[in-house]
Amino acid sequence: MAKKKTIRTIPQERTPMREQDPRGRAKNFTEVACGYRLEEALNEAERCLLCPDPACVEGCPVTIDIPGFIRKISAKDFRGAYDIITDTNLLPAICGRVCPQETQCEGVCPVGETLEPVAIGRLERWVGDLAIAEGWSNIPYIEPTGFKIGIVGSGPAGMACAADMAKAGCDVTVYEAFHQPGGVLKYGIPDFRLPNTVIDAEIENLRRLGVRFECNTLVGRLFTIESMIEAMGFHAVFIGTGAGYPALLGIPGDSLNGVLSANELLTRCNLMVAREFPNYDTPVPLGRHVAVIGSGNTAMDAMRVCLRLGAQKVHCIYRRTRAESPARAEETHHAEEEGIEFHWLANPVEILDDGGGNVRGMRCIRMELGEPDESGRRRPVPVAGSEFEFPCDMVVFAIGTQANPIIGQTSKLGLNKRGYLEVDANLATSMAGVFAGGDIVTGAATVIEAMGAGRKAARSMKAYLGIRDTDVVYQAERRGSAGKLFGIDLTERNFARVRL
Amino acid sequence: MTGPKAARLMPDPHQQPAFKIVAREDFSDATYLLEIHHPLMARAAKPGQFVIVMSHEHGERIPLTIADFDRVKGTITLVVQAVGKTTREMQRDCTAGTALYAVVGPMGLPSHIGNARKVVCVGGGLGVAPVFPQARAFKENGAHVIGVVGFRTRNLVFWEDKFRSCCDEFIVCTDDGSAGIRGFVTDGVKLAIQRHPDIGEVVAIGPPVMMKACAAVTRPHNIKTVVSLNPIMVDGTGMCGGCRVKVGGQVRFACVDGPDFDAHQVDFDDLMSRLRRFAREEKAALERWAESCRMKIAPGPLGSPSPAEESEALALPDPFEEAQGG
Repeated sequence: MAKKKTIRTIPQERTPMREQDPRGRAKNFTEVACGYRLEEALNEAERCLLCPDPACVEGCPVTIDIPGFIRKISAKDFRGAYDIITDTNLLPAICGRVCPQETQCEGVCPVGETLEPVAIGRLERWVGDLAIAEGWSNIPYIEPTGFKIGIVGSGPAGMACAADMAKAGCDVTVYEAFHQPGGVLKYGIPDFRLPNTVIDAEIENLRRLGVRFECNTLVGRLFTIESMIEAMGFHAVFIGTGAGYPALLGIPGDSLNGVLSANELLTRCNLMVAREFPNYDTPVPLGRHVAVIGSGNTAMDAMRVCLRLGAQKVHCIYRRTRAESPARAEETHHAEEEGIEFHWLANPVEILDDGGGNVRGMRCIRMELGEPDESGRRRPVPVAGSEFEFPCDMVVFAIGTQANPIIGQTSKLGLNKRGYLEVDANLATSMAGVFAGGDIVTGAATVIEAMGAGRKAARSMKAYLGIRDTDVVYQAERRGSAGKLFGIDLTERNFARVRL
Repeated sequence: MTGPKAARLMPDPHQQPAFKIVAREDFSDATYLLEIHHPLMARAAKPGQFVIVMSHEHGERIPLTIADFDRVKGTITLVVQAVGKTTREMQRDCTAGTALYAVVGPMGLPSHIGNARKVVCVGGGLGVAPVFPQARAFKENGAHVIGVVGFRTRNLVFWEDKFRSCCDEFIVCTDDGSAGIRGFVTDGVKLAIQRHPDIGEVVAIGPPVMMKACAAVTRPHNIKTVVSLNPIMVDGTGMCGGCRVKVGGQVRFACVDGPDFDAHQVDFDDLMSRLRRFAREEKAALERWAESCRMKIAPGPLGSPSPAEESEALALPDPFEEAQGG
């Protein structure tokens, strides 16, 4: 047994992660953060104190055994580390990249009280990437329960719920309105932050678990939630459709050509690959001087996409200060490095017309912070007489979302006054057997919060259906020879230990 | 990092269902009909709804109104006009027996088939197709249906018999008078209003300029008028906000709040301006495509079109050029 580590004996410096040079990367869609090398991961793993009562596990929305997997990394049992993570999170390569760790696991890490906290997210990502490179996947043989589960929306909430229900032996079908699964991970988060290859690999893992993805299916309109339960034989349904209805500016000029939502810009660019127009048919507006309104993660993504599409100057307009900005610290930092110009404490008043229906500039007003509002953040108030104009030819708004109305329009599910689905503490909706989670319940939030909601809903579903996890999972993990399938040796009926 | 090898090596066991084109009919050298096998959609579709189509993996998502559905055969019908790169490419490639990469829907709120006793259903050019299911629904509801269809000229007329069969009266208008009355659909609407002072509702679908003109005709008579808007869309589920339109001073999304709106409230100038959002890119895509077709089909100087023909072929198409104005 190694000597107990203390804050004094561990490596004092947080291991930096290599990144593409800001000057070069702002012109390409290759991932910015390169990830750890083996020796870097080992070094960072050494920094974990392996607390017996770890705060970080509590800080994780899906309660990954963080010291457990880090211990495995230190022991060079990388497969073991992967196994521990995938006990609770099937998507480490994604979560390691997009979770706001500084407010979750890393935010409560005791190392962080004196030094920089352990880079848990980077270690998780390292394990996830290694698993993809090595072709690992943990697919136990699962005894079918005979329950049929329908999942509406293939974003993070739906994927997390699907994974848990499939592991519990259910027959899971995920419906997606777009032509590719992944939801916001695909259409929203750009490749330089979360490569599509990573998402596809994680989705492939779900498929190997037996999850079916049905794309091009708009639930509500093609068939209703009610009919899934009543006619299509689903024993339970999870709705994770996302907020998906951009909030609008509501200022003069907001319908000019050249004004678009970050959702539209990102969808065109990411999912529809408009950045390769005309090799792909979908066009994307190209601005030379772009103003992005808002300062959340979506705004950061939109700004950095604009740079990569060839914008000369990208401005960020936010009515509060950097301290209140909701973006992940790393994203703001990256955006700044790439040359985004931030205008804190500014609010748009009008978008100016060039006379031909296109954007020629924007008029803003300076703000100052007043008393805290209901969100606890200090409310920005306009400074009289401080209006200013600047030229731009494209305006992107990333000021949040509202509830998507389709499920509400097509079902009798209870909604709250803002149009989001109403659920109880177990994420059960007003209809028996129908659960909901993610942005369609909470309004816009993060990927990991949506995944946490998907997993919570899965727990409720299992309780509702009377499935006890211990009965079904991993029971018949090792069985007799079953030959080969697609070149995979099935002798153990356990895909998990087979390298592809 | 490159993609997982496994994903490329293993055949995908859950391949997308093919959206098979079971029949095709060409109405003119620009307008064509596709009948697509999709039993679930055929069962769910209601008048006024639309689908979003991708013809191939690199394609764009284009909204097309459902022109007909056959619940017994399990098919939906789309009528498409070859105006841009995508629709021209589909005109070339989408023959019976082939399949579309993606078809999703039915999207949008179904048309409200009210209890009006006398209804005028107006279709301008391509708009004849999407207004047909509404005319049929009004007829089934027991209304007196007056059909008004307009085309530039006689040989562009399509679905005359089909449309007529669900109408009590039927007025064909052509710009040049080669079929029916000489004039725009607005002249047909005026005629219908003259004949029937008690018209309860007008439904008009066609190019924006036509719908705007129809709204102007019915406004003084205070006749409820509904139009179906077809702005540029990406997802069709309310997510991107590209299809926002101004109706009665409010911003609405055509994909989830429409596509039907009160014609007297719609800001058509805003709609027409927003339809030109990608004019430059659309032109570039079409030029590039036309160029690649020419390379394939007619190599050498003999096969090349004359400069005059060329410039005509490459001119930026008005998205509704074929569907005449009002």
